[in-house]
Amino acid sequence: MISRKTGLRLGWTALVALTTLIIIIGKSELKWAFKVPRDWRLPLKKEISTFMDWLINTADLGVLTFYELTRGISWILELPLNLATGIFATGILQGEGSAAVQLTQPVSWLAVILLVMAIGHYAQGWRLSILVGVCFTYLAVFGQWESAMLTLSSILIAAPIGVVVGALLGIFAYKWRWFEKVITPVLDLMQTVPVFAYLVPILFLFGFGPVAAMIATIIYAMPPMVRISILSLKQVPVELSEAGAMSGCTSLQQLRKVLIPSALPSLMIGVNQVIMLSLNMVIIASMIGAGGLGYDVLSALRRLDIGGGIESGVAIVVLAIALDRLSQALAERSEHITSDVGKKSFVQSHPYTTASVVMLIVISLGASVIGWLQTYPDSMTITTGDFWSDLVKYINVNYFDQIEAVKVFILLNVLGPVKRFLLMLPWPMVVLGVALLGYQLGGLKLSALTFCLMLFCALVGLWDKTMVTVYLCGISVVFAGLIGIPMGILGAENKVFGRFLETVIDTLQTLPSFVYLMPVVMLFRVGDFAAMIAVVAYSVAPAVRYTLHGIRQVDPQLVEAGVASGCTRWQLLTKIKLKLAMPEIMLGINQTVMLALSMLVITALVGTRELGQEVYIALTKADTGRGIVAGLCVAFLAITTDRLIHAGVAKSRARLGLN
Amino acid sequence: MTSHRTLKHLLMTGICAGALGFSNIGFSAESSDPIKLTLHDWTGQLVTTNIMAEVLKSAGYNIELVQADYIAQFAGLKTGDLHVAMEMWETTGRDAMDEATATGKVENIGETGMQGIEEWWYPSYMKERCPGLPNWEALNDCAEEFATPETAPKGRYVGAPVTWGGFDDERVEALELDYEVIHAGTDAALFAELESAYQRKAPILLWVYAPHWAPSKYEGEWVQFPKYSAECYNDPSAGINPDMAYDCGKPSGPIWKVAWSGVKDKWPGAYSAIEKFELNNDEMGQMITAIDLDGAELDNVVADWLKSNESRWKAWIE
Repeated sequence: MISRKTGLRLGWTALVALTTLIIIIGKSELKWAFKVPRDWRLPLKKEISTFMDWLINTADLGVLTFYELTRGISWILELPLNLATGIFATGILQGEGSAAVQLTQPVSWLAVILLVMAIGHYAQGWRLSILVGVCFTYLAVFGQWESAMLTLSSILIAAPIGVVVGALLGIFAYKWRWFEKVITPVLDLMQTVPVFAYLVPILFLFGFGPVAAMIATIIYAMPPMVRISILSLKQVPVELSEAGAMSGCTSLQQLRKVLIPSALPSLMIGVNQVIMLSLNMVIIASMIGAGGLGYDVLSALRRLDIGGGIESGVAIVVLAIALDRLSQALAERSEHITSDVGKKSFVQSHPYTTASVVMLIVISLGASVIGWLQTYPDSMTITTGDFWSDLVKYINVNYFDQIEAVKVFILLNVLGPVKRFLLMLPWPMVVLGVALLGYQLGGLKLSALTFCLMLFCALVGLWDKTMVTVYLCGISVVFAGLIGIPMGILGAENKVFGRFLETVIDTLQTLPSFVYLMPVVMLFRVGDFAAMIAVVAYSVAPAVRYTLHGIRQVDPQLVEAGVASGCTRWQLLTKIKLKLAMPEIMLGINQTVMLALSMLVITALVGTRELGQEVYIALTKADTGRGIVAGLCVAFLAITTDRLIHAGVAKSRARLGLN
Repeated sequence: MTSHRTLKHLLMTGICAGALGFSNIGFSAESSDPIKLTLHDWTGQLVTTNIMAEVLKSAGYNIELVQADYIAQFAGLKTGDLHVAMEMWETTGRDAMDEATATGKVENIGETGMQGIEEWWYPSYMKERCPGLPNWEALNDCAEEFATPETAPKGRYVGAPVTWGGFDDERVEALELDYEVIHAGTDAALFAELESAYQRKAPILLWVYAPHWAPSKYEGEWVQFPKYSAECYNDPSAGINPDMAYDCGKPSGPIWKVAWSGVKDKWPGAYSAIEKFELNNDEMGQMITAIDLDGAELDNVVADWLKSNESRWKAWIE
């Protein structure tokens, strides 16, 4: 009987030897090992398309058809959405199209700014109030108001729906274990299948327009809410729920009065995530009729108006910052709410509501007389548009040759060789290798899972594209790590720099990548390198964030012990802090991988040839099956990486005695 | 039709009961539901659609403009969520259009009168470096001029997104051009490359199409390939290369109008107006330039066109 360790070593040696052997024998002899034979392939694309056709055209649920059901849902969702857009953007309308009559004006821009400032003051105080005030003033001054209000109203409807449905699913999963088992893989898919892959079926089922866009947004933004709900409900101390049971709570009361209140702070993190992810979707939503800021970014892109794109993109960022800070502050406030509804009058006990209502009435009345109160005057808007175009032009004209030299060096010495190497590997060996890694890190179950997921990508005939995806994302993640981890370390060691860094990565994460895609193409040309830069820019954030967090979290006693035993600063960092923070850093890298994969569809726009391009082509040809199959491949790559890294992290945590 | 529609109607009737507000639709007894025209993200299409919308409005139709993706819109046109798309280019939209019309739920209602031109294009300053242009045979002499370190010694040609087709890889092979075709992922990337090269007066050879603002903004010319013919594309023996097809330039193709097939019955008058709608490349080019390069407001440009072409569009709605 050989030990597990020797067995693994034997396995790896055999794998490498066999791979080398197959490569030496070569393509001409062993064709099947390099290209999956046609009759092995799964005809999944066609079947999915047929299924979708059936779902749209014939599926019948008895009382009504599936199509009618989905259309009914979108009609119901349209009501609150129309109301919100009516209040903030277009005014309440009666009738449709150009025959519609405007019944009321939208809320005045000044009133909206004062309103969010009031909420900011209520939630935290003057600092937050001024911050959100500045954010919203930006929207008015830079001429983004109308689009921003359109975007805001769709977020105001999408986010609460995402939160409520997410929380409900979370509660069900908490109550019934089987439901949790069913929903976990579904959540994985919702988070990793690129949105473009299921856009076409959504359009068919829910109709074209803001509602379909909203549903896509909800699908994308809801999963963290479900996960956080499950987690936070599980974390409620047993004593508490037992106390509830002893005082005779019914199961519903138990939920309402005990579980949810005590899980509330964590639940609010979920709310925050839903809002941020919804804002991430703004651009894609605008492709299917949501309008708003996303549309402005897209059309600026089309005109090569770099400045216009940046201004609309920044409008999305400031909206995100304002909503993020507000929701976090409200969450913190909800922790220490004391219900002292005594003998006060309504006005006394609701000073903010009263003041806001009075303010709204006064300004609305004023706005009906004074034009600039209603809409921010165009003559007062400013723009930095030319500055950005000129900046890019300056860099382009003066530094292109230097940039080109660096680019060519990296292309020829790093990107090219890695790509050729990965495409040279025989697919059965790669699948086996991943399975073996799964066994080493997690055991038989993980091994079987990763084996099946990778085999899927091969059998649907997308192996080459999968490998190009691995190459592009792999290299981008390495670069993101090389940049992000040192930045994170510096930020953890230096408080001021750390705070600066957090602002930068917040911006990078919410600034739509479309905004910097065009300058990137101008400076780096179409191709893999430009794609890599875009992926790194977007996915570096978690590498920085988790490193920062991981090092800050290291037990200070351990650091002191290091100081006492005479470590230098360098030793402290490398021998103690980094070692202990390593599991956390790896989770950051895991997130980086996820974000890199989610950027694929966007890099397809600068001409890469990977799974993202496949999804994009499927979208432009309205080929549901093709899109979903390619989307599943992306998802399976993500899930494989995620599981492997988590298993590895669990192992090293156990070794370090953490947890 | 469906249950929710009925419900919606009931509610709407309830709301409007006192108002009696839907008698203001013009001459026709056609449906007062809004006709939904799609807007995409390029200026020419916005102009075309807005002109159509204004014309239909003046004939008393209820119009709604909806932002939708060029290709993704077919999902909506098939189901009748969207009704009319004013610009579907032969060159880039043919596949999607054929797929949609084959279902019988979408209908091609003829040409807009504008012709999409697309071909290999270079900025004028390249003519000094490669005097034989625009003749395609000069391309091989100047391949090194158009080369970049990654493609050298071959020249670099930036082609359209793979989804647009265009047969450039085949063309390079058939005409034995020493060029590498690099596909841009989207047309924004295509023109970003052009803008970048133009700023530096650097070599570039790429796919440009018209009507578009680029040929007005940048000085340059189209490469002249052997003239396109159907035989050249279908029959290998035709053309310069006896063994291969695609040994000629690209076809220029009409820009079509497409609509949900229900439009004809629901709004017959509007249908006929859309059918009659036509514009030509020159007027479109002028309007695009006015908007994108001279900074004029789209609404004003459309209004000007309507004013100076009144007899033309009045005839569409008679």
